Amino acid sequence: MAKVTIDGITIEVPDGTTILNAARMIGGDIVPPTMCYHSKLKTSGGYCRTCLVKVSKGSEKDPRPMPKPVASCRTNVMDGMEVENLLSPEILEARAGVVEFLLANHPLDCPVCDQAGECDLQNLAYENGKVATRYEFQKREFEKIDIGDKIQLHMTRCILCYRCVKTADQITDGRVHGVLNRGDVSEISTYIQNAIDNDFSGNMIDVCPVGALTDKTFRFKSRVWYTKPVDAHRDCPKCSGKVRLWYKGEEVLRVTGRKDQYGEVQDWICNDCRYEKKNTSDWVIEGPSHVLRDSVISANHYESLKALKATIDRQRKGLPHGHKTTLGHGALDPNNTH
Amino acid sequence: MAGKKLLLANDHIEGIRSLRVYRQHGGYQSLEKALKQMTPEQIVEEVKASGLRGRGGAGFPTGMKWSFLAKPEGVARYLVCNADESEPGTFKDRYLMERIPHILIEGMIASSFALGARTSYIYIRGEYFYVARILEQAIAEAYEAGLLGKNILNSGFDHDCYVQVGAGAYICGEETALLESLEGKRGNPRIKPPFPAVAGLYGCPTVVNNVETIAAVVPIIRDGGAAYASIGIGKSTGTKLISASGHLNKPGVYEIELGVPVEEFIYSDEYCGGIRNGKKLKAVVAGGSSVPILPAELILKTANGEPRLMSYESLADGGFASGTMLGSGGFIAMDEDTSIVKNLWNFSRFYHHESCGQCSPCREGTGWMEKILHKILDGNGTLADVDLLWDIQSKIEGKTICPLGDAAAWPVASAIRHFRKEFEEYVKNGKNIRDVKHYYRLNNLVEI
Ligand SMILES: Cc1cc2nc3c(=O)[nH]c(=O)nc-3n(C[C@H](O)[C@H](O)[C@H](O)COP(=O)(O)O)c2cc1C
Ligand code: SF4
Ligand code: SF4
Ligand code: FES
Repeated sequence: MAKVTIDGITIEVPDGTTILNAARMIGGDIVPPTMCYHSKLKTSGGYCRTCLVKVSKGSEKDPRPMPKPVASCRTNVMDGMEVENLLSPEILEARAGVVEFLLANHPLDCPVCDQAGECDLQNLAYENGKVATRYEFQKREFEKIDIGDKIQLHMTRCILCYRCVKTADQITDGRVHGVLNRGDVSEISTYIQNAIDNDFSGNMIDVCPVGALTDKTFRFKSRVWYTKPVDAHRDCPKCSGKVRLWYKGEEVLRVTGRKDQYGEVQDWICNDCRYEKKNTSDWVIEGPSHVLRDSVISANHYESLKALKATIDRQRKGLPHGHKTTLGHGALDPNNTH
Repeated sequence: MAGKKLLLANDHIEGIRSLRVYRQHGGYQSLEKALKQMTPEQIVEEVKASGLRGRGGAGFPTGMKWSFLAKPEGVARYLVCNADESEPGTFKDRYLMERIPHILIEGMIASSFALGARTSYIYIRGEYFYVARILEQAIAEAYEAGLLGKNILNSGFDHDCYVQVGAGAYICGEETALLESLEGKRGNPRIKPPFPAVAGLYGCPTVVNNVETIAAVVPIIRDGGAAYASIGIGKSTGTKLISASGHLNKPGVYEIELGVPVEEFIYSDEYCGGIRNGKKLKAVVAGGSSVPILPAELILKTANGEPRLMSYESLADGGFASGTMLGSGGFIAMDEDTSIVKNLWNFSRFYHHESCGQCSPCREGTGWMEKILHKILDGNGTLADVDLLWDIQSKIEGKTICPLGDAAAWPVASAIRHFRKEFEEYVKNGKNIRDVKHYYRLNNLVEI
């Protein structure tokens, strides 16, 4: 076991736990935001850099601080480690920088994007970003590509989180999906645009944090906030059969995997459940899905984000760089903000 | 007096590329000594005692790196030679491999013996295709002479060495991207830990060393670590190959004893012979394009007024505020007519082109910086753009997976730090700065 302190809150976690997961065990606002990490995918994380934290004390044995910010999703805790997230103005500034980088080449046209309302990037930018972008050059654009008849890829919106690549690698067989080219012209691609006709390919849609991979059978049928999520299950020979049905009126518009509070899929589902079972009679209904605090479907969506945003803005603006904060931990107490 | 040469002592000898001539001049005696008179542990101890530091850029002590190598029972270990040499301004490995390929092969076999590696690889950049041919030829000669293969020189040590040509990517010089590429995958740097010493090539413990580092093991075994350590200054022991380029009278590859004053290196006839066409020196990038650029006065003397030396410590004196790094030894000298802004744009264009694109600050930031520099060069920049450049580089540095992000940030930071006036001049008069040389002379912008 290792004892780690994050923003002044101490917790004991098993050896080999990442800083991010230790923070998630504590819960609340001190949990660093993530875009590329996904708990159900091996070797995910490390790419987007939104989860950067400052390690102000390495461990009991070697108390030296780590020289650079580290990706909390890929860095394991050490016994006696002290970590700063919301308490570090430099980290919040660096994170605002990451948001700006992620948005630099991202089309800022949420009103016409199918992901709007359930987009992790929208939420991230709202909480951690700044008001305006300083990027004034032409953004890169790609043509839309059909990956088979069910999935559409719009690379223009992709943030290269590698989640779909890992999904294709780890839960479907026969690797035909990966990254082509390098740098800011990298693109997600299937092998010569092969259709991914695999029983589990649809999960790539669920892991995509932005509107780059979307469900063609659902695209533009409805804004998500007009739909009602309901948890349901069925006895499926291929997968867990645990799904979320998205209703408009009496009609099931789409079927997805269930996501946890961090937007990460809990159980993979097969394409049969996702595309072929769109009648209520196919399912055992469990009841309305637990609506997340940061979901637009929740009544006071951006209201509930405001408290955290205010804390972040205050921390970032109010304090000079490198200045130790005098803010009492109470203000960041996870129990205080809800 | 000419400095001592350990690697290039025989580079002028005709036919030294061949095994026969190389052996006539003492070649493979270090290997023989290693296999017949020394244990692997003793070799590691000699390398430690030599104080040799990695010549690929970071300067990490080689003996220490070797002693970190994990040695689990029944698991293969690998030595991988990094011959990707892609940092702009660096071309010393090419010269060494092209001229005296056998010193690298001898170093590979002896080092592999020290590390217990049955197999080693030389990963060479795609553009050095003809050099790969030279190495393959040398390896074939070595097999034929019983210096590679089974039971080398009757020592009982078996070893195979392979050359692998990359596809031409700077990022594949980063050691973990190199290993990915060597495994046949996309050359993305790995997220560390684990480090290669624990899980490197094919998940096995691996040492990655630069060409020059591995070649230096040959004289260390021959003369002993102490003799090697007696050359140089302080913790900068031995000799170093410097790739000298730019506006010098005699650009080229020089083997120097570490500790030579920078002034002597630039101006003496033994080395670069001064600045071309009688011009004044304006700035130097001392260790390859990624290290901070320094104006003439700071490269010749430290901020404290002491003569700057060609050593790891002296070049770093003053931190990034007034110092730089020895890096890979890519020494680029710029005369008074050089446009720092234009040069920086060129560097930034390179890093933008070479970013692997895995992590967002480097993927998006490098291209952004290049575009802003282009805008400034075109005469459309504003003072806010200069501040924005500074801000972007600060948000890349130290926040990426691999050090390419830093390598892209440092040139920008140092150019603005030391040459801000020139950026402001471009902002004010950019449209008129068509002929840089003419403009500088006219406006007396050079003040040395
Ligand atoms: C972007 C990048 C490019 C690099 N390119 C090279 C290279 O071309 N050759 C090299 O020897 N080391 C290069 N390095 C350093 C290697 O990662 C590694 O540190 C080195 O090969 C270790 O060898 P050494 O200890 O002998 O210096 C590069 C590092 C980075 C981050
Ligand atoms: S398509 Fe979506 S899941 Fe795949 S890398 Fe891009 S943003 Fe990530
Ligand atoms: S810093 Fe640049 S080159 Fe290195 S891993 Fe990140 S994107 Fe790739
Ligand atoms: S979530 Fe940790 S780097 Fe992306």
